[in-house]
This record gives sequence, C-alpha cells and structure tokens, in this order.
Amino acid sequence: MTILINLIVSIMAASTPLLLAAIGELVVERVAVLNLGVEGMMLMGAIAGFATAHETGSLWLALIAAVAAGALLSVVFAVLTLTLQANQTATGLALTIFGRGFSALVGAGYVGIAAPTLPKIHIPVLSDIPVLGAVLFSYDPLVYLALATLVAVAWFLARTHRGLILRAIGDQHDAAHVLGYKVIRIRYLAVLFGGAMAGLAGAYMSLAYTPLWAQDMIAGRGWVALALVTFSAWRPFWLLIGAWLFGGIMYLSLYVQGLGVPVPSAFLSALPYLGTVVVLVLISRDRRRIRLHRPAMLGRAFQATG
Amino acid sequence: MLSLQPRGYISTFWSWGSPVLALILTAVISGGIFAFMGRPPILTVYTFLISPLFAPDGLASLAVKAAPLIMMGVGLSLAYRANIWNIGTEGQFTIGAITAGGVALALPDAPAWALFPGLMIAGLAGGAIYALIVAWLRTRFNANEILTSLMLTYIAQYLLVYLVTGPWRDPEGFGFPQTALFSDAAAGPRLAEGSNLHLGLVLAPVIAVAASLLLGKTVLGFQLRVLGQAPRAAKFAGFVENRLVWLSMAISGGLAGLAGMFEVTGTQGQLTTNISPGYGFTAIIVAFLGRLNPIGVIPAGLLLALTYLGGDAAQISLGLSNAITGIFQGILLFCLLGSDVLILHRFRWRPRQAAKPKGATA
Repeated sequence: MTILINLIVSIMAASTPLLLAAIGELVVERVAVLNLGVEGMMLMGAIAGFATAHETGSLWLALIAAVAAGALLSVVFAVLTLTLQANQTATGLALTIFGRGFSALVGAGYVGIAAPTLPKIHIPVLSDIPVLGAVLFSYDPLVYLALATLVAVAWFLARTHRGLILRAIGDQHDAAHVLGYKVIRIRYLAVLFGGAMAGLAGAYMSLAYTPLWAQDMIAGRGWVALALVTFSAWRPFWLLIGAWLFGGIMYLSLYVQGLGVPVPSAFLSALPYLGTVVVLVLISRDRRRIRLHRPAMLGRAFQATG
Repeated sequence: MLSLQPRGYISTFWSWGSPVLALILTAVISGGIFAFMGRPPILTVYTFLISPLFAPDGLASLAVKAAPLIMMGVGLSLAYRANIWNIGTEGQFTIGAITAGGVALALPDAPAWALFPGLMIAGLAGGAIYALIVAWLRTRFNANEILTSLMLTYIAQYLLVYLVTGPWRDPEGFGFPQTALFSDAAAGPRLAEGSNLHLGLVLAPVIAVAASLLLGKTVLGFQLRVLGQAPRAAKFAGFVENRLVWLSMAISGGLAGLAGMFEVTGTQGQLTTNISPGYGFTAIIVAFLGRLNPIGVIPAGLLLALTYLGGDAAQISLGLSNAITGIFQGILLFCLLGSDVLILHRFRWRPRQAAKPKGATA
C-alpha cells in the first residue's frame, strides 16, 4: 500500500511541470501560434526562480521572477513572429538556443548550492486522513495551481465568449479579423500566457522537483510538453491524462534505476524519450482525428490588410 | 506611427543585407548585455569576435570547427527549403560518430586505404539511417518530425553514454568514460603534416557546391523548392511528397553522420560522452544565416565556428563562462529572423490620424 501511495505521489510530482508547460502551450496553439521555445522558457524560469529564491529567500518573489522570465522570452517570440512575421518554427528554436545559453551563463554561479524549496501544504484534518490524505492533500502549492489552471483554461475555452473568440482566431483568423477582433493583440496575450506558464513549470523543476540548479536541468521536458499538446489533440482534460502517462514513464525510469536491475542505466534514462516517440506515433497515425481537432491556422502567419 | 507595409516583391538587397544587419545588431545587443553584466562591452565583443582570428593557429581552428557546421548546414538547407524540419542533426551526428567509431575500434589493424573510405561510408550510413527513422515515422504514421527527431537526439546521446561507459570503454583508460584511441589509419589523410586539418575541411565546401547544383539545376532540387513554397502546387504537379521527405531526411542525416565521423576520427581520435558542443543545433542557425542556400552556408558556418572560438577566448582571457557562445548564437538568430522582415516589407511612417475615417477626429 505504501508503495502504491508513493507511486501516485511521485507521478503527481513528475507530471506537474509537464502539465504547467503544456497548459500554456495548449492555449498558444489554440490561437494557432506554434511556439517551439517551451524548453528555453522553462530553463529561464528555472534559473530565474532558483536565483531569486537563493538571493532573497522569498519563494513568492522566486515564482514571480520565474513567471516574468518565461513571459519576457515569450515577448521576444511574439514580437518576432506576430509583429515582424518571422518563421515560427525557427523563432521557437532560437528561443531554446538562447534560453539554454543564458540560463547556463547566469546559472554558472548557482551550481551545487541550496535555495529554499516549495513547502508541502499541510491542511488540518484533510492531510491527516490515512491514505487519502497522502494521495490528495500532501502536495506543494504548484501542484494544486496546475490542476486549478487546467480547470480554468478548460472552462474558459469551452464556456466563455472570450474563449470562443480565441478559438475562432485559431480556426479562421481572417474571418475573426473581419468581425473586428484584434487577432494580433489576442495572440500576443496567449503567447504571454504560454511563456508565463512555461516559466512557472521551470520554477517547479528548480524549486520543488529537484531543488537544485543544474545546467540543462529541464532535460527535454519542454519538448515533451509540446508532444503532450499533440497527444491531447488540443483538448485540456486529455493533457492531464497525458501528463500522468509521461510523468509515470519518467518516474518509473528513475525508480527502476534505483532498484539496481541489470539493465544499463543509460537505457532506462532514454526510456521517457522513446516513450514520447511511441505515444506520438500512436496518436498521430489517425490523420482524421488530428485534422478534426487541430486549430486550422496552426503556424500560419496573419497580417492585417487595409 | 511606424507601420509595416508589404513590398509586394522580394528584395534581393535585403535577403543578403539582412544577415549583415543581424550581425551588427547582435554585436550591439550582446555588447549591451556585457555592459549590463559590468564588463567592458567593446573589449568583450572584440575578444569574442575578432581576437580568435589573430591567435596562433586561429584560422586552422576556425576551419576545423566550421567543417562539421557547413556539412550539416548544407543538408539542413535542402530539407528546410522543402519545409521538412529535421532538428535532430545533433543525434544524427552522434550516430555517425558511433558507427564510424565502432568500425575504427573493430578494425585497429586495417590499412588506411581500406579503412578510411569505410569509415566515411559508416558515418554517412549511420546518420542517414537514423534520420530515416524520422522520415518513416512521418510518412507512415504522420508523426511530427520536429518532435521525433529531437527525441531521437536524446536517445542517441544515451546510446553513446552506454557504449562509452559500457562495452566500448577502454580497459586501459583508468575507468574514464572513453574508448581506446583509434588507429592512425582511421585519422585519414592530413592537409598539413602533423596538424588536425582533416579531409572534411576540403570536403565540406565541395559538398556545398554539389548541393547548390542539386538544388538549382536538377528536377529533384526543383521539386524540393516547390514542395516548400507551394505544397499544393507540388501535389498537383504529381511530386511524391513522401519520396521527397525520405530523400531530404537521408541527405541531411547522412551529412550530419559524415560530420560526426570526421569530428571523432579527424580531430578527437576516440569516442567520449562529450563529442559535440551542440554542433547539430548550431547548424540550424548556420542554415538560416546562409539563407537556406548551400553556398551561403559556407560563410555562415565560418561565422558560427567563430562563436565557439570566441567563447573559449572569452573564458580564457576574460574569465567569462563559455556559455556566452549559446547566448550569442541565440541573439544572432533572433536578430536575423527579425531583420528578415525587410525582405518582404518596408517600414513607413504614417501619421495616426490619416488612418482614421473622415470625421472621426474632433
């Protein structure tokens, strides 16, 4: 029983950074912008959060700094692709290359030192319930925030007028423009939200998941988050299932290494990436399903005329 | 207010002027960042971009770093022209190094005339086959090549770690994660006696010229360009998209594998866990900076090679982390993509009022 509880708690932790980043990217892709820079924005968030926590000791400031760092880098993306009409694929890659270099440079002084970590919230009574308390009420605030944001985004997209406008822009930006909606402005806001969420996901890595700074510590999670959005077919609640699945694979590859099984650890470390490819293939093979859900204008530039 | 107007045509001047503008902007922005970090901006930019050229053996080191970047950049420019986004060249580079390194380790006594061509074929084939996995996943299962090629890069790196720390580890290497040194025959011919100027330095520009001819003078090149610019037209013309995906993945992957082969046999002489300082990702910038034109990739490759030397120079003489190489590369790509707006657009000053309909202003 304890093993099972530990398993659930660990998978929740491993899936949270994926979920945070993927929620942001889902909103970005629903307005038909493809930002491949999630990895770079997560790295920026991770180092900004860690450095701020170490320097000030305040976790609030650390989270704010992480959100700001992710959002700042996403502004660069927005200016280049939305205002200056640059290629989205190339700009997203540039974000990742820059984020890698910048976080490594700033982070050089923070390797191997400690910073305050996000505390687990202890809710009186609820957290003390046997089994359920551990499974449901034993997490740090970002885990709950990720779930709450997911619900909020799902509700926003499906049930609000603004969500409808956002989806309309993603599916037919010219028509939305003719109706008078500010296509570029709304896309800017969505990209900013994506950057902020990626920054937060990075902070979760450096302040809660493995509370240390190490170069390239995101280790491809930003790319897994991108795969997750495709996996979900752009539907919020499927993100949660995907995040648990990928988080589960990541946790198991670590767990099995810890057991000392006679499989080379490099193979186990490669497992999450292999798993991502397999899942991506399984989900993509149904072309019709992908075409049905995919925002029709995804990756296409828009320029207001007249 | 400043507004952006479509030119209605492609500006030839700006398609080549944009990289120059981008380089100037990059120097200014990175100088600003250095100043912000409390470093003398002009001296730092000078140390980073100019001083490596005057160092002893500076040009030789530049060529050695540029060769793999040019080879990979050429392959990527063909693929990107066709809108096929292979971003896993880092992984294909690694696999090419592994296959070539494996052959070199298996045949320590083979004569150079037989071994060296064999290594080239092994590297080429390794990279190409690894890239073809991506092509297969895309054409058979519709899987996005950006994500699969990147995931395969991580897998290739772990495979290298496994081999170098496991079955291929040098038994006399004091437990270090490295293989035995390759035989002298594996190093191939040298351009100058006793230097590390390997055959790849000559081959890289030759490949660039060949690719340029392929792109400009053959039906295949035409098909790649049409597929990139007008996928529907390509379909109506009866071009088989899947075939083009396979071909451009094989070419870009094969060249990446060849680059990996030259890097480990020509300059490093053994496999370690750390064979590439991100050449595969830098090659993406090289391809864009070279305007996705194989000839343009040559100067672009030299420039990006300089950023690696500059990173080392800044580390040695200014005590900065060599991570500034990555920052500089990122800013350069940002500036380039931003400057490219001028190819199709121009900036115009337009008074705000003029845009409003009559009577709207009080």
